[in-house]
Amino acid sequence: MSAIAQKKGFGSALWDWLTTVDHKKIAILYLASGGFFFVVGGIEAMLIRIQLAVPDNSFLSAGLYNEILTMHGTTMIFLAAMPILFGYMNAVVPLQIGARDVAFPFLNSLGFWLFFFGGIFLNLSWFMGGAPDAGWTSYASLSLYSPGHGIDFYALGLQISGAGTYIAGINFLVTIINMRAPGMTYMRMPLFTWTTFVASALILFAFPPLTIGLFFLIFDRMFGANFFDHTMGGNTIIWEHLFWIFGHPEVYILILPAFGIFSEIFAIFSRKRLFGYSAMVFATVLIGFLGFMVWAHHMFTVGLGPTANAIFAVATMAIAVPTGVKIFNWLLTIWGGSIKVTTPMLYALGFIPSFVAGGVTGVMQAAAPLDYQLHDSYFIVAHFHYVIVGGVVLAILAGLHLYWPLMFNTMLSEKLGKITFWFFFLGFHATFFIQHFLGLMGMPRRVYTFIEGQGWDLFNFISSMGAILMAIGVIVLVINIVMTTVKNVPVGNDPWKDGRTLEWAIPQPVPFYNFKRTPLVRGLDTFWIEKQEGNKEGMSYAEPLSDIHMPNNSFIPFVMSLGLFIAAFGALYNGEKAWAVPVLVIGLGITLASMATRSLKDDHGYHIHKEDLMDHKGGNY
Amino acid sequence: MAEEVKYTPQTWPEHPETANLEGKNKFLGFWLFLGGETVLFASLFATYLALKNKGPEGMEFTTQSLFELPLVFVMTMLLLTSSLTSVYAMYHMKNFNFRGVQTWMAITVLLGFGFLALEIYEFYHYVHIGFTYSQSAFSSSFFTLVGTHGLHVVIGLGWIILLMLRNAKRGLSIYTAQKYYTASLYWHFIDVVWVFIFTVVYLMGVMS
Repeated sequence: MSAIAQKKGFGSALWDWLTTVDHKKIAILYLASGGFFFVVGGIEAMLIRIQLAVPDNSFLSAGLYNEILTMHGTTMIFLAAMPILFGYMNAVVPLQIGARDVAFPFLNSLGFWLFFFGGIFLNLSWFMGGAPDAGWTSYASLSLYSPGHGIDFYALGLQISGAGTYIAGINFLVTIINMRAPGMTYMRMPLFTWTTFVASALILFAFPPLTIGLFFLIFDRMFGANFFDHTMGGNTIIWEHLFWIFGHPEVYILILPAFGIFSEIFAIFSRKRLFGYSAMVFATVLIGFLGFMVWAHHMFTVGLGPTANAIFAVATMAIAVPTGVKIFNWLLTIWGGSIKVTTPMLYALGFIPSFVAGGVTGVMQAAAPLDYQLHDSYFIVAHFHYVIVGGVVLAILAGLHLYWPLMFNTMLSEKLGKITFWFFFLGFHATFFIQHFLGLMGMPRRVYTFIEGQGWDLFNFISSMGAILMAIGVIVLVINIVMTTVKNVPVGNDPWKDGRTLEWAIPQPVPFYNFKRTPLVRGLDTFWIEKQEGNKEGMSYAEPLSDIHMPNNSFIPFVMSLGLFIAAFGALYNGEKAWAVPVLVIGLGITLASMATRSLKDDHGYHIHKEDLMDHKGGNY
Repeated sequence: MAEEVKYTPQTWPEHPETANLEGKNKFLGFWLFLGGETVLFASLFATYLALKNKGPEGMEFTTQSLFELPLVFVMTMLLLTSSLTSVYAMYHMKNFNFRGVQTWMAITVLLGFGFLALEIYEFYHYVHIGFTYSQSAFSSSFFTLVGTHGLHVVIGLGWIILLMLRNAKRGLSIYTAQKYYTASLYWHFIDVVWVFIFTVVYLMGVMS
């Protein structure tokens, strides 16, 4: 392989994407597939809002509504929000810490393909006899008795994509611990790297309980086990515990990187050092830690008893403290700054009041006695959409604008970006603010329709209209992306002009080896320091120019994931079709054989020689 | 690259497993993986404790009627010893004695197979007397917990055998030493989990 530019045919370009181990390309793969699933989940949301726009609607049947509702939640959490955030992590974190790649480029690719095949498998349920219909939480008391294969698709699909997430989590932990450039101490790491670090630690400890819960569900439904069947001594509450021991940290796995993106944005566009950096780091770690102590607040009404409820209520309220620390630090970062209201900054400014509103309703629900009233009502729906959309999705959209020049060397239109923001932001509040009141008026969540004349008609209609505004915002965003890609105007170095950290110091487009020489980090916001001192290159270096070791591309991750994908069909039809067990065995065999190949075949990578580096300006090929 | 360098016992580093960045990454990554595995087994243990002796009305199987300590004691001894022999293999790796590594790894594998054979016999026996996987919540949780451990043993054995065959001719280098080291870490983890299974499932089962 050479660094010299070559025009490639479609076949070899495709092969390159299928086999790539470059974190920057994997980032684009994550972003593209996450974006695709985001649109799918968005269409499902629109169908939900159309059905609920008027009372006694028959646009969707009750059963189909349950399937769409379930797939909306599952898709948005597992297949849209997390992968898109992984896209940003892959694109940004190695550059931010001055590394040439992640610690395990091969596993990085494997993590992506597992997620991808898991997501495809889950969505194939639409075409193969019906999607899962027990809600995204898939409580065993419902899911065990759901007819058809929907729940099987859910359990197997999430199992495969969850394995990918777990692998990605370990990869980022090792990358951040071992691969930081000289001078990049822990307390000089940019906040996005810090939040990625803590979120990855949460993945490491939160995903195994989900894995076990999903295995129980798979074994109960497909292989005759009795974990959740009370007539055989089982206990359905075990699922709820395992799911929420995973599920609550999952919320922080999503929101912490979002916090990281906003911390970067506030500092860049206030052109000021982040206020209270060390308090921000401490708050991030504390949120991560407390995130594991609060899962039973999802189960207040199960009947765990007043002592358990009280402990979990207090722990939940405690999380408001570090979160409040963060909110005030962001406000004080803006305070007195020289503010540029770009599209990412607009999203960040919109995020603060939206997320605070979601946080306040969260503390309300933490009060267990009040939660008995709010539980399973639209108040809950309003709350978690305020934190997920008002926090995570706004961060995803802000990050899309912020990191687009870094990933594609072009700039999304600021004008269209602001139009998207206003449609999306106003639509979001119109959709969900009013749902608080629907909840207080007694409307239960997860109902496919409602009878007219209960005082819910107007509010539901307003909510649906808000959803249309959000959809318009997303359509404008898609137009923006298409136009920017067609125009293809390169932006060059430091596209926002106010970049503070290493990822903005790198030449654009980013060379495939990232840093020609490993940089020396001289402080927090190292690029800012270099610029202040008039360093035209933007970096100090820790080493002389020397050969760079690069990993080889590999097709094995794709095959390994494909094997599990095939095996999942065998498990799904176990006991029903004669070919089920052979397919299961063949699929697992493909995966095990590719693991053995990976282990036995030496793959030492290759070197870029320093003579070739000398006059290489950058760019991918 | 590591394989180009010819080492002697004198030039061989003290810690080949972390001698380069690749090794450091593997070392840390695998420890983190074992951290996640610990949570995985913790979930299985918690479920087992919740479902122990629970079954359909009138179920006659209990931990006391089912488990027999002599067999489990032999299994425990085999697995604990195999952990010790893998330590010997690592000891020889540090002294750049490849034959020692292969020999002690082979003994580890043999002991592992002994354990596995007894476990298969034990499971066969339970199924034979009607304690099948689908018999009750108790049986499901027992077989899943102990079976997951057994699966780890199978994977560990396959891994070590492949390693020994693949590297039989080319001997020790930084590159291969790291592979042996990771496999032995995994084997120790399997051993530690078994100590908990022996205590929580079998000892506590027979006592209470």
